[in-house]
Amino acid sequence: MLLYLHFDSKTVKEPVISLTTLEKKTLINIIRGSVGAREGELFVEIEDSRASEIIEFIRSKGVEVTEIREKIAKSEDCIHCGACISICPVEVFSLNDDFRVEAEVEKCIRCGICIYVCPVKALELPSI
Amino acid sequence: MGRDAAIVKRKTIDGINERIKEGSAVVVTAEEMKEIVEEKGAEKAAEEVDVVTTGTFGAMCSSGVFFNFGHSDPPIRMQRVWLNDVEAYTGIAAVDAFLGVTQLSKSVEEYGGAHVIEEFVKGREVELRAESDGTDCYPRKEIATEITLEDVNQAEMLNPRNAYQRYKAATNSSNKVLKTYMGTLLPNFGNVTFAGTGEISPLNNDPEYRTIGLGTRIFLCGAEGYIIGAGTQHSPPFGTLMVKGNLKEMSPDYMRACVFPGYGVSMFIGIGIPIPILDAEMAKFTAVKDREIETEILDYGVPRRDRPVVRKVNYEELKSGKVEINGEEVRVSPLSSYFVARKIMEELKRRIENGEFFLSKPIERIPVRSDFKPMRQKEIVVVKNVMSEAIRISPETSVMDASRIIIDKSVNHLPVVDSEGKLRGIVTSWDIAKAVAMGRMGKVEEIMTTKVVTVHPEDPVEFAAEKLRRYDISALPVIDAKRRVLGLITSEDLSRLIVKR
Ligand code: SF4
Ligand code: SF4
Repeated sequence: MLLYLHFDSKTVKEPVISLTTLEKKTLINIIRGSVGAREGELFVEIEDSRASEIIEFIRSKGVEVTEIREKIAKSEDCIHCGACISICPVEVFSLNDDFRVEAEVEKCIRCGICIYVCPVKALELPSI
Repeated sequence: MGRDAAIVKRKTIDGINERIKEGSAVVVTAEEMKEIVEEKGAEKAAEEVDVVTTGTFGAMCSSGVFFNFGHSDPPIRMQRVWLNDVEAYTGIAAVDAFLGVTQLSKSVEEYGGAHVIEEFVKGREVELRAESDGTDCYPRKEIATEITLEDVNQAEMLNPRNAYQRYKAATNSSNKVLKTYMGTLLPNFGNVTFAGTGEISPLNNDPEYRTIGLGTRIFLCGAEGYIIGAGTQHSPPFGTLMVKGNLKEMSPDYMRACVFPGYGVSMFIGIGIPIPILDAEMAKFTAVKDREIETEILDYGVPRRDRPVVRKVNYEELKSGKVEINGEEVRVSPLSSYFVARKIMEELKRRIENGEFFLSKPIERIPVRSDFKPMRQKEIVVVKNVMSEAIRISPETSVMDASRIIIDKSVNHLPVVDSEGKLRGIVTSWDIAKAVAMGRMGKVEEIMTTKVVTVHPEDPVEFAAEKLRRYDISALPVIDAKRRVLGLITSEDLSRLIVKR
């Protein structure tokens, strides 16, 4: 599951991610982040099966947690050219038996690169 | 069907057209034909099948439309024309213009000729603006109006180079993302892209161009079009076609404006070609398989015309979605749409079966052999021809010694190399002066720049000059694949070259 974490001026100084991995004995995959002096944000991926306890733990440390459900959206404009297939870091796109390009959207980690690559602008990331 | 065996041995296009008229012609798609030939053999397949439909749908930059706008009152000789702010070529008669798909809008980003053509096909209004110096017979100097496809006299799509038989696939060895007409290429062989539809692509199904020639009637973006000759850069087996068709009869389902980021605008063009199965040889040709269609993967990380070949590959491997490069699996993106190409094959098959589309006999064949010459240009000068000697120092050299070398040898740059000659950093006379002024008299490794911009010996000098400009620096170490320093190229080397030329 993909989470958006927002750290305020206090929590940004705490090693919340390390604490979570150690305490909960779970692996957290950091997708993207930016940390400033007064606040910070991170996109992380956590174990689906233990999502609620991990989220609860992170929240208990004072970090704002938003679950990201909005994944990549492919519109009717898609011409099934496949340009997105080799670009996506987590293999969301593939050709099916019918030679249509299919998107397994649950896998999407919202990196955004495919949006830029699609020649007919058929891809969009709904804002969170 | 009870056909006379003697006639069936060698069919004619007229005979096939007769059967299309009667509704008895046997039409199959190129995909279906592979199975038929495999199962029954070429002889039998040739007896049974009359026509094989082929298709392709890919970005074809060498495309555009000739317009005739009709005369205004008072009339104008349009010397410059813009359609939705995209300029069309007007060096022809008064109200004729050619709009190319890749021409960019002057005002709107990521919008170009292809988009204007798409607006027309979708029935939308397009702004026409024209300018002229004015003549006695054409006094008007300016015009601005809105037009639709219905308003123009002719809108004839005329594409100098379409339907590439096969194309070189692309990858990228450099450490930068490359934005190309072959799509976005990720660094360090991050992906491979290729174009063309392989075994269902028209020219691969008639590799000797026996039935595809000047005058062959084709499916072009939904309309009936014609082949009007070999395309530009036609170079079998990388054959191409020049085609034309009436834009007014085209459908937005079979054409699409597109944008390749960092490269520009192009247009996906849908082409379907019916191949008459005149004899067993044609049946055999149309049974061609992806694994028999070979091409090469080129390294676009090298900015030269003759890009290095990374490996040979066939379309079966490319279509599988993964290829191996240097022992690693690399993901592959097609850039042509098989889905739409198949839709085109099916649609063309349907039209022929319904007696709506007849075959035509080519009146002339296109060349089976021809060479594609590179541009005639001044000899390319590469970095290794003009680079100067590099005076290398080790990271342990003292700042004092380095300053002495700079003065004694009157150079401004000292590449710092390790014991194997590999580049570790660079120090300039400026770095030394600064260090001396600040009293930092230790080893050069403490003051050197470690992020060094470099070039390769085979890079064109223009490429080196561009790097110097982009990074605002005055010298580049020249390194080999193992990062060993071979020399130095400086802005003085380059200016000397310009004087010599
Ligand atoms: S946003 Fe990134 S992860 Fe999501 S589908 Fe696009 S490329 Fe894949
Ligand atoms: S790049 Fe765009 S048009 Fe091509 S398959 Fe992906 S979503 Fe569809």
